[in-house]
Amino acid sequence: MELPELHQIAEKERASQKPIRLRICVAAGCQSSGSLAVKKKLEDTVKEAGLSDKVQVVGVGCLKMCSQGPLVQADPTQTLYAKVDETQAAGLVGAVNGGHCHCATVDPNDPFLAHQFSIVLENSGLIDPERIESYIAAEGYEGLYHVLREKTPTEIVETVIKSGLRGRGGAGYPTGLKWALVAKMQSPRKFVVCNADEGDPGAFMDRSVLESDPHRILEGMAIAGYAIGATQGYIYVRGEYPLAIKRLQGAIRQAKRLGMLGGHIFESPFDFNIDLRIGAGAFVCGEETALMASIEGRRGQPRPRPPFPAESGLWGQPTLINNVETFANIPTLIRKGADWFSAIGTEKSKGTKVFALAGKITNTGLIEVPMGTTLRRIVEEMGGGVENGGTVKAVQTGGPSGGCIPADKLDTPVDYESLAAIGSIMGSGGMIVMDQSTNMVDVARFFMEFCMDESCGKCAPCRAGTVQMYRLLSKIREGRGTQQDIDMLNGLCDLLRNTSLCGLGQTAPNPTLSTLRYFRHEYEQLLTDSTVNGQLPKHPANTT
Amino acid sequence: MAVKTLTIDDQLISAREEQTVLEAAREAGISIPTLCELHGLGDIGACRLCLVEVTGIAKLQPACTTRVAEGMVVVTNSQRLQNYRRMIVELLFAERNHICAVCVANGHCELQDLGLAVGMDHVRYEYLSPQCQVDLSHERFGVDHNRCVLCMRCVRACDEIEGAHTWDVMGRGTASRVITDLKQPWGESQSCTSCGKCVLACPTGAIFRRGSTVSEMERDRWQLDFIVTAREKKQWII
Ligand SMILES: Cc1cc2nc3c(=O)[nH]c(=O)nc-3n(C[C@H](O)[C@H](O)[C@H](O)COP(=O)(O)O)c2cc1C
Ligand code: SF4
Ligand code: FES
Repeated sequence: MELPELHQIAEKERASQKPIRLRICVAAGCQSSGSLAVKKKLEDTVKEAGLSDKVQVVGVGCLKMCSQGPLVQADPTQTLYAKVDETQAAGLVGAVNGGHCHCATVDPNDPFLAHQFSIVLENSGLIDPERIESYIAAEGYEGLYHVLREKTPTEIVETVIKSGLRGRGGAGYPTGLKWALVAKMQSPRKFVVCNADEGDPGAFMDRSVLESDPHRILEGMAIAGYAIGATQGYIYVRGEYPLAIKRLQGAIRQAKRLGMLGGHIFESPFDFNIDLRIGAGAFVCGEETALMASIEGRRGQPRPRPPFPAESGLWGQPTLINNVETFANIPTLIRKGADWFSAIGTEKSKGTKVFALAGKITNTGLIEVPMGTTLRRIVEEMGGGVENGGTVKAVQTGGPSGGCIPADKLDTPVDYESLAAIGSIMGSGGMIVMDQSTNMVDVARFFMEFCMDESCGKCAPCRAGTVQMYRLLSKIREGRGTQQDIDMLNGLCDLLRNTSLCGLGQTAPNPTLSTLRYFRHEYEQLLTDSTVNGQLPKHPANTT
Repeated sequence: MAVKTLTIDDQLISAREEQTVLEAAREAGISIPTLCELHGLGDIGACRLCLVEVTGIAKLQPACTTRVAEGMVVVTNSQRLQNYRRMIVELLFAERNHICAVCVANGHCELQDLGLAVGMDHVRYEYLSPQCQVDLSHERFGVDHNRCVLCMRCVRACDEIEGAHTWDVMGRGTASRVITDLKQPWGESQSCTSCGKCVLACPTGAIFRRGSTVSEMERDRWQLDFIVTAREKKQWII
């Protein structure tokens, strides 16, 4: 396929669009509140009203304000209708056609929407994720075309290095450096792996990207494949995401049909294929070495690094592994250039970050903001603060590997270094807001239980240590703990952090350590030898 | 043969390029506690007892999987490492039911030896006392999960040396168990050749010859290394 043909597809797609479009979210969030039925009803209503020439109903990806679903956005007015149900279909179709309806709408100037800056989610909610033409009409695959026809692999790697993009899977390793490492390896066979195992409780960023804009991942992976010299890619996606799997399968099929995957892509000598591998629900399989063992058909357990995947990955071959959101940045970064990208964000953290806002917050949903945005802006302005007028007690970022940030640190900007400095991590983008009713020992215990259950069992400190830590936390929570138990807990935190084989065990202490650091009094209040206010410990039943 | 010079515990040592820190240390007479490692089997760095400090690397490194390097400076026995090792051994003792007085391996048990080596006079952690199965379905051998430390030596011996891969691990975390085939009783395993290599490999009383009573379970562990050396180098030396 040549560029004019690509443009033709885009033109044809745009020409087929009706003057009025009702974009309804059919990602998993809105589907669970019944958006498919609403979509059907809207389509029927349009047909019955004889408006088929003028009005079009399109299923799109996430419209971000997930708590207000099912969401429908109308073109060209951009009005965003919230909590639309089937009974409102007729009114809504009337409204876009010049009438009125009583549907709830979201103010487009609502800070939740106004402060967003979209790179990864630029097509989310705009395009139909099940049609490649819709992605092409949004300039999709144009980046890949130019890369394959006009750029050398080295130029691509240099662009990614220059952009300052860092991995969005948690650790924030510079993406360009990783690509350069794999590109440098001399091997006839290399692999590209996309990590779509997203296992953090409360996280749904990667899922939304996959459900809303799957072609973006394919394009990002193909560009990576060209840059590092790989011809085969795998997407490792968790089995709990059936919709994402279905859309990826569809996207791969369509991309192959049009020649954006397969042999001689865009008439270039470059071949690239992508296959899916479905995870079976183990959190540890998100860890890169465990993930690769799982792809190879072995038990998903981490192994010591070095050797790193860049040197010896899948079947011993050099392998590039990046997170979904990392790959999702690539097409736009390549299209708009490294300078454009690196102008966004902070000195050391470039670009944007997607967060899944959850917990006791008014607006739960998906946000994408420039790196360096303060937690206060995210939680209080965009998130609308605690629901029902409560106050924020803490914000948890980074899931079971992260920490709890107390309310007085809300002015911290979100970037890799700042979050690490206050005992949490950027993580993959889960952000859970807690109000005053939350007991922080409970929070620590919840995450410890998660790590205990998800520990793969290979290394002794994590396997046998998390269970002891969970027991100590339970003992303290139930009012049976002593100062000595806190010391023991601290000792185990130190042990796991320094001796565990993989990141799961090494970071499992973080929620406990951060709550001990910022909310120690909540632990001490519960001890049998408590000295807080000279009071006897409260019975747990009275403290919740 | 390329030679690397390194310092382990203030001792200047030369080692072959392909050696691990553990092998180099052993050759120089420096002992580092180990559990999952067994000569003749591939190293997996799982028990974390052999962790050492390497100057210039922030994280502790397992001696069993870390290759020697020129100019490397290694500390194997700092106070910090000793503390960690003792904690790990205590965690292992607390995890299952290691009651030496009634164990077939009493006196010939690597876990017991480790307890002594790290100076464990008592266990600070709560005993989990799980209810574990004992599988006596095999006519010659038995497996008592109460004694298993999940070192995965049996899994590797069976996979790497015998080639049967009868053993594997199922479950997660502290509920992990070594299993034969797809958790069939050992005696019904289709792949098991009854070669007994897992019995040789097991460090505790978990896998044993049937009929052994308290303290009787001794093993000729050198046999595994002997087979591997014979196969790879065509040398039959004991
Ligand atoms: C226990 C554990 C779970 C992980 N889960 C994920 C995950 O679900 N998704 C992900 O992208 N990375 C996960 N990671 C990080 C990966 O190991 C790896 O660093 C990442 O995929 C690299 O991609 P990036 O450089 O694009 O961030 C996990 C790491 C650990 C230790
Ligand atoms: S730290 Fe935990 S999850 Fe990681 S290898 Fe060890 S036991 Fe497995
Ligand atoms: S002997 Fe090295 S980790 Fe077990």
